[in-house]
This record gives sequence, structure tokens and C-alpha cells, in this order.
Amino acid sequence: MTDAAQALTSGPRMRVKPKVSRDDWLMRLFMGVIAIYLAVTLVFPLYAMLSKSFSTYRIDLGAYGIQIDKGEGWSKETTLGTLNAESNAIRASELAASSDTRLSPLALFPDFSFRSPTKYRLKNLTPGGVFLFGSERVAGTDWHEYSSNDFRRISLRPVKDIGAANYTRYFSTPSLFYSIYNSLFIAAISTFITVLIAFGFAYALSRSCMRFKGIFRLIAMVPILVPSLLPGIALVYLFGNQGVLKGLLFGHTIYGPIGIVIGSVFFTLPHAFIIIQTALSISDARLYEAAVSLRASRWKTFWTVTIPGARYGLISAAFVVFNLVITDFGLPKVIGGQFNVLAVDIYKQVIGQQNFEMGAVVSVVLLVPALLAFTVDRIVQRRQVALLTARSVAYQPTPNPRFDVLCLVYCILVAIFILGLLGMCQYAALIKFWPYNLSLSLNNYNFDVMDGGGWASYWNSIKLALWTAGIGTCIIFTGAYMVEKMNGFTAGRGLFQLFAMMPMAIPGMVLGLAYIFFFNEPSNPFNFLYGTLAILVVCTITHFYTVGHLTALTALKQMDPEFEAVSASLKQPVWRLFSRITVPVCLPAILDISIYVFVNAMTTVSAVVFLYSPDTTLASVAVLNMDDAGDIAPAAAMGMMIFYTNATARIIHLVLSRGVMRRTQAWRAR
Amino acid sequence: MRVEPWREGNGVKDSKPSGPYLSIRDLTKMFGSFTALRDISLDINEGEFVCFLGPSGCGKTTLLRAIAGLDIQTSGTVVQGGEDISALPPSERDFGIVFQSYALFPNLTVNRNVAYGLENAGESRDKINGRVSDLLKLVGLPDQGPKYPAQLSGGQQQRVALARALATSPGLLLLDEPLSALDAQVRVHLRHEIKALQDRLGVTTIMVTHDQEEALSMADRIVVMNHGVIEQVGTPTEIYTEPETLFVADFIGEMNHLGGRIGGDGNVKTGKLSLACAANALTQDQAIVATIRPEDIVLRNGKSAGKDKNELEMTVEELEFLGSYWRVGLSSPLLEEDTLSANVSITLARTLKLEEGGKVSAELPKAHIRAFAATGG
Repeated sequence: MTDAAQALTSGPRMRVKPKVSRDDWLMRLFMGVIAIYLAVTLVFPLYAMLSKSFSTYRIDLGAYGIQIDKGEGWSKETTLGTLNAESNAIRASELAASSDTRLSPLALFPDFSFRSPTKYRLKNLTPGGVFLFGSERVAGTDWHEYSSNDFRRISLRPVKDIGAANYTRYFSTPSLFYSIYNSLFIAAISTFITVLIAFGFAYALSRSCMRFKGIFRLIAMVPILVPSLLPGIALVYLFGNQGVLKGLLFGHTIYGPIGIVIGSVFFTLPHAFIIIQTALSISDARLYEAAVSLRASRWKTFWTVTIPGARYGLISAAFVVFNLVITDFGLPKVIGGQFNVLAVDIYKQVIGQQNFEMGAVVSVVLLVPALLAFTVDRIVQRRQVALLTARSVAYQPTPNPRFDVLCLVYCILVAIFILGLLGMCQYAALIKFWPYNLSLSLNNYNFDVMDGGGWASYWNSIKLALWTAGIGTCIIFTGAYMVEKMNGFTAGRGLFQLFAMMPMAIPGMVLGLAYIFFFNEPSNPFNFLYGTLAILVVCTITHFYTVGHLTALTALKQMDPEFEAVSASLKQPVWRLFSRITVPVCLPAILDISIYVFVNAMTTVSAVVFLYSPDTTLASVAVLNMDDAGDIAPAAAMGMMIFYTNATARIIHLVLSRGVMRRTQAWRAR
Repeated sequence: MRVEPWREGNGVKDSKPSGPYLSIRDLTKMFGSFTALRDISLDINEGEFVCFLGPSGCGKTTLLRAIAGLDIQTSGTVVQGGEDISALPPSERDFGIVFQSYALFPNLTVNRNVAYGLENAGESRDKINGRVSDLLKLVGLPDQGPKYPAQLSGGQQQRVALARALATSPGLLLLDEPLSALDAQVRVHLRHEIKALQDRLGVTTIMVTHDQEEALSMADRIVVMNHGVIEQVGTPTEIYTEPETLFVADFIGEMNHLGGRIGGDGNVKTGKLSLACAANALTQDQAIVATIRPEDIVLRNGKSAGKDKNELEMTVEELEFLGSYWRVGLSSPLLEEDTLSANVSITLARTLKLEEGGKVSAELPKAHIRAFAATGG
């Protein structure tokens, strides 16, 4: 009997356990590596942050035993806690501490003098207890004897506890939790205004026959190329204390909600515009023909055809803008003045007060609206896709002179807003001494004499952006390929997909702070990354992972799902298919991912502001720091450098895409 | 033209193992709780052209993908050329495959597409090029090598896909609805070419199709499937003339239905009629459906001799001109609600002088009436 014959006769109900091919192992390996990468750079840090927010530190005086010898022999053993209960020399608020707090016990001994012959004996009452003698850790429950001179070098360390005390403190401190209200308020107002303006702009471009549409589309994209704090700087020059248009505010100050809202509208406009434009461009011409044949007025058609058709786009745009505004840090930092918002609170807690636990709490609070907005957006996006697949006829606007002129005027106004803010920045950067000496000079570009890292930070940014674009694109595209084209292993792929979508919901400030907690831990094997350019690259890749991942997935889904089957039947390894077919065919999408990552790496402030070291200062952070130090004109100059760099990168990307298209995508032309 | 196998030991085997080339036993495929294939057992002989035929969702593509290892079955075995391949991934099986979408690599020229499976095997560039040009000649596209797939018509693309699948001389050729995306004329043309090519190469071939005409004209044997089970396996004529189930009878060609019961004499009682029919295993009084194909009904003017000849006078209710023949709708009080359709050639229709409302005598030959147990309603 042959093996095969045996196989035929043996148990028919035996479940077949498919043999995993070498290719499958390879793909699982790759996906596993990238999943681990995402776990290490995203999930673990977030967990570290979450656990930090529940960590409380308190100095427990009751854990130390003390005896004193004033020349009459050792006194009765007591604890520091008992001493404090008697004298109340150290208040409870001083005992509630952060992890770095050190407390000297001397306040408990009112007659202490380091010259006195009095001797002290101190011991830990708990086996795990520790106090410090100078910088030396003293553990164990044995007595240690100190002269008065030595005793003043004793300090007590806080003990860690798990609990919601940080949250209790957060919500009982009005100056902190008012920021929630402020953030929501700002985000809501900005969202409303941005969506309104972006809708008008997209409507004018898609429904009128006005001229110069291409130029206006280009102008609408400009804010993507600059850091979000740049409009803040421009607003300072326009409406600040020495601003040229200060009078227009009628006594109101630009430093606060007004400035944040105007700046937010500026930097979120392109995002809203892209989404709404897509929504408007897929609406069906046949519906408009039906409306005309039913003699509906223009007004009625607008409300019954245009708006319902674009509603998912509008909702999606609203949530994207909301998310961008509420998580943005740079703009409120520059123009927010005394108006506290959540993202800036994190910065103030961590950098200003070194209160990492409270920073973690604010981060968790900020996560809630961000996660909510993200979830709603994902649900809405799914619906929008369903609309896209419907068979519709593209709408062709018909000329209408009055309407077209109206649209043109509107678009010019929006363009003036965008280019005006940008132009103001450039102008300010070239002014010798605002507002007293308005002659032009390049003095402000002499970054090396200012705070912020000088020209080195600019080159660091370029390095960061190139590394991020290079490595990030490889990781993102490979990961997307594995998750899209792998056979079986559904649970693993689901988990990977979840990891890949998470970064979009995580505000940059939260990610950056989480990195401090995770990577700065001395016991972490990845600790060596801390303070290097590498951690900035890693952080930036993770921060902008999701959009690249989605772009790659879209491109991959357009490829014939049977390529892998054909290639396997021809006994070709999967890496060969990947390198010879998948990558060349998806090259336009790959280039799109890389430019997206590059531009964002140049402009991002939020995540990296916690992670840069003196050797790895960045241009975007330099803008922030120079502005902070009062060097506003150089800050504007550096911001414009980022703009020109990104604009150049975009042009190179365009040329490269065209060239690549012509060379490797000859098949696209019939 | 003769095309040599690409590699030794591939393609047509020299030492034929005894028994079928491909054996499927008790194959079941579950998608969650849904059973896509239930206990499929099937043997396919070396060099045979087999079609899996059935309506969409019947499991025919699932079966093909299980044979290819693309969606491995939940249980059951697949043995190819004497080797148990049940659990092997596609890359370790011996087959070439052509999909409805062609799945040609858009960024490679036709030449490079066909050469895709030949590279990486340590053969010289010259030998590969020679093989590619042989294959392109074989599929009738000798001059199209330097073009990109997008520059070819659908039919040409499908030929390139075929050449690519045959390039490595696989022992088994799998065709997944290869002609469905083409327009009618190209489809008929390519049908003949694929069949001729398969005859010449002698490669064992399985084709999935939902087009019965395609299956009837191309296959050596047809496997008719429905709801994840095999309804019947047989040659095209067997499937057409001797359907074993009512589903097969209905799915292939056209069929008249007459509801009724089996009488004591083994005849079919339908309406007020008793019709003699071919032998069957049905029991007395069982509810049945009797079937006869429209072209098997014989129409005459006036009655012929003999009462037990399954003949009755019928009224012409409807005449439909279908080009090469007439479709005649017939009714009779003896059949109560049921009606019959008969196909009548142009010449016969002329002789009979058929007209709507006219009378005609219809014979339902005993040999062509088949009775099936009625299912459900």
C-alpha cells in the first residue's frame, strides 16, 4: 500500500492542518518584526504612561526608626512619623511628592545644628525601605549612626503607590481641569469655522466655472508645509502688542482664544479641504439633472442634493479638524497666552514643573476626545467608501457669470488669508528690528547666535526627515503588504491592523511623553536610544504611521489579489514578486507616503519636543524655543526655512514621480 | 507544433502510476459554520479535460482552490500523481493556473510575464527566450512579446496568461472561469483553441465555469455541482441526455416539467394522462416530476396509430421565433394547468402550418421522459 493510498483510507474526518510554506513563514516573520516594532514604539510606551498616571509617590515618615544621643545615651526608639505628629513640622502637602522628590528630615529636629555633638541613629523599618546618605543608598533594617554633621546629608525618598490619587488631584485643581473646557471650546469653534470655509472653498472649486482653479488648489495646500505654530507667529506680528492691524481687534487681545482659533483655521484648512473636495467630487450629476427637471431652485438643490451627498465628508472633516486642533501644541504655546489648553498643560507639567505623573494624567485626559474623534471618523469613512463605489456620473458645472465671479472673489479672500499669514512671516523675518527699524536684512537668519540650536537644528531636521521618510516608508509599506497579502493567521493580522491604526488616535504630546517614561527607564534595553536622533526617527515614524499605512493599503488593494497565487504556482518566492511586481506597481503610492512622512517630520513639534537632546535640536523645536525666548523674528525666519524646504521637497517629489512614471510605468500608457 | 516539456519529471509522466492522476476523497470545506463543500470525492484521469459546472455559489471555485492549495480544505485528502498533497502550500504543488482576471503583471512585458516562472531555475537566458517564443507561438501570439499587457485585447491577455501557466510544464492546468470576462465571439473562438491546445499537450486540465455551453463543448467529463455537493459526473452527452437529478436536468439545457405520481403500472400519472416512461427506481404513489426536453417532443398533423404511444392532441398557445427554430407553447385539457414547450425546426413548422390557436398532435417519446422524485413543494 502506498502512502497516498493509505491517506485515502485513513480517517476521513481528520482535520487537514495546512503546511505553512517558506514564503508564509517569511511573511509572518516580517510582520512579526514590524508588529514588535509597533509594540515597542507605541504600545509599551503608552502602557508605561498609563501606569505612570496611576503611580503616586509619598514620603512615608513612619517607615523610618530614629534614636537620638544628646550625650546622655540613646533615647527611646521612635519613628519620624511620630515626631512629625508631635511637631507637625512637615505638612502633608510636602509629603505628597513626585518620583524625584527628596526630603530632608532636619525640619523634625528644631534644635538641630551641624556643629552640635548630638548623634543620630536611623534605620528602615520595612525590609525594602531605602534612604539616602548623600547620593548613597542605604537599605536594610539595621541601625546606622550619624554625627550631626553627617545627619544633614540624609534625605528621604518617596515610596511608590498605585491609585487614582493623581486623577483626584487633577479634577480638584480648577486651573488644570478648566483646560478641558478650554480645549473643547477652542476645538469646537475652530472646527465649525474651518469646515465652513473649507466647504465654501471646495464648493467654489467643484461647482463653478471660475478661473485659476489649479492655483487655488495649490494655495489651499500651503499650510501643510509649515509647522502649526507659524501662523501664531504671523498673528503676533499682525495683531500682537506691536501688530500692524492691532486696531481691528477693538481692544481684544490676540494672545488667547482668538489667536488660537485663527491659527487653527489656517493649519487645518488643507485637511478639511481635501476631505470635503473628495466628497463633493463624487456626487452624482444625475441627481442634479433630476433636480433641474423637477424645477427645484438652486437653493433647494443645494440643501437636498449637495449637502446630503457631502454629509459624510463634512462629518469626517469636522472630526479630523477637531482632532488636529485639540491635540495641537505648537500654536497655543505661541499665541495662547494665559489661556490654558490640554496639550500645553502636558508640556507645562513635564518641562516646567517636572511633574511627570500629572503630565501623564493630562495625557490620558487628552486621549479621550482624541480617541472619540478618531473612532467616529473611522466609522464615517467606511460609509463614505460605500458611496464611492456607487456608479455615478461626474458633475460638470455650467458657466454662470455672476456665480463664478462670486466664487472667485471668495477664493481670493481665502487665498489672501493663507498667503497673507505666510507673507507676514517672511516679511517679519527680513525686518531688522520690528517695529522701529523696518529696513531689510538677513540678520534674523543668523541662527547660530540665538537660542534653539542654530543652523545645526535645521540640518538635524533635514536628517530626521530623510531618515524618517526612507526607513519609515520601507517599514510602513512592507507592513501593509504583509497584512494585506498574507494567507491565514487572521488573529495576528487583526492585531497588526489595530497597532497600525492606533498612532492616528494618539496625540503627539502623549506619544512623546510616553517615550520619556518608556525609553528613559534605565532598565529598558532600548534605553541607549534615549537622547539620540534615532529615537526621534522612531518616534516620528510611529507618529505618522497610520496615514502611510492606509495609503499603502489602498494601493495594494487595487492590485489583482491573484498575483500571489500565480507567483506561487510558478514556484517563485514571495520576495521576488514583492520586488519585481508589487513595489514597481505601487511606486507612486510609495513616493506619496515618503513625501507625507518627510513633510510631517519637518514640521512636527509635539512628539519630539520631549525627546530632543542638545545634539539633536530640530528646526521646528527651534522655532518654538526662539519664540519662547523672545526672538520672534528669527523664529519666523526658521519657520519659513521649513516652508521652503518642504516646498522644494514637494517639487522634487513631483519631478521624481513624473520621472518614475515615465520610466517604470510605461505600461500605464496604452 | 510540438512543445517539449520544460523540465524532466514535469508534465506528462513517463512512468504512469496506476489509477487516476488526481484523487479527491471526502473533501469538506467550512467557512466558519457555512459548509462550502461537503464530502466531495472525485477521480480525474491523466490527460482528461474536466469541467466543474454549477450556478454561482455552488462551491466549484472553492473546490478548484482547494486542489491548488490556495484555500486548503477543512478535511479530506487530495492525491496528485500518487502523492498526498492535501496539506501542501501552492508553491509545493504541481499546477499552472489561469484566472478570470488574467492576473498578468502589468509592469512586465508579455515576454517577461511568460518568462516569470522560468527564471530563477538556473537556465540560460537563451534557453528561456527560446521557450518563451515557443509558448507565444503555441498560443498564437508570436509577435506580441515586447508589448505590455494593457496594450493587448482581453482575449490576447488570456492567451498570455495561458502561456505563462504552461511555461513550467505543470502536470495539472487549472482554469478558473478563464473566458467569463471576454465578449461572446472571442469566447467561442478561444474555447476551441484552449481545447485544441489541451489535446495537443495532453495536460490534465480542470476548468471551472458557470456556462453550460462552454462545459458541454470543451469537457471530456463534466462535474455538475450544487450547494457544495456533486450532483453528477459524466460525459457531456450523459449529462445532457441522462441527467440523474432534477437539478442537473434543469440546469443543463431546457426542460418541460409535468407534476404527478407513479401509477401502479409504473407509468407517470399527470393530469388526466398516464404516460409510459423510462425505467426508474421510484415507488408507487410517490410524488414526482416528469421531464422532457422541448426538442424531444414530436409534433404531427393528425393522430398516429396506437394509444400507448404517449400521444395527445394539443392546442398551440404561443409561437416564438428564435432564428433557427420555433418555440411552440402547447396546452391540453388533459394536462390541466401544466403546459409544454416544443422546439420545431423551420422546415417542420412550414409543413405543419402551425398557427396560434391551431390543433396539433404531440408525441412524448417514452425513452425521453424521465421521472424524478419531487422535492419539497
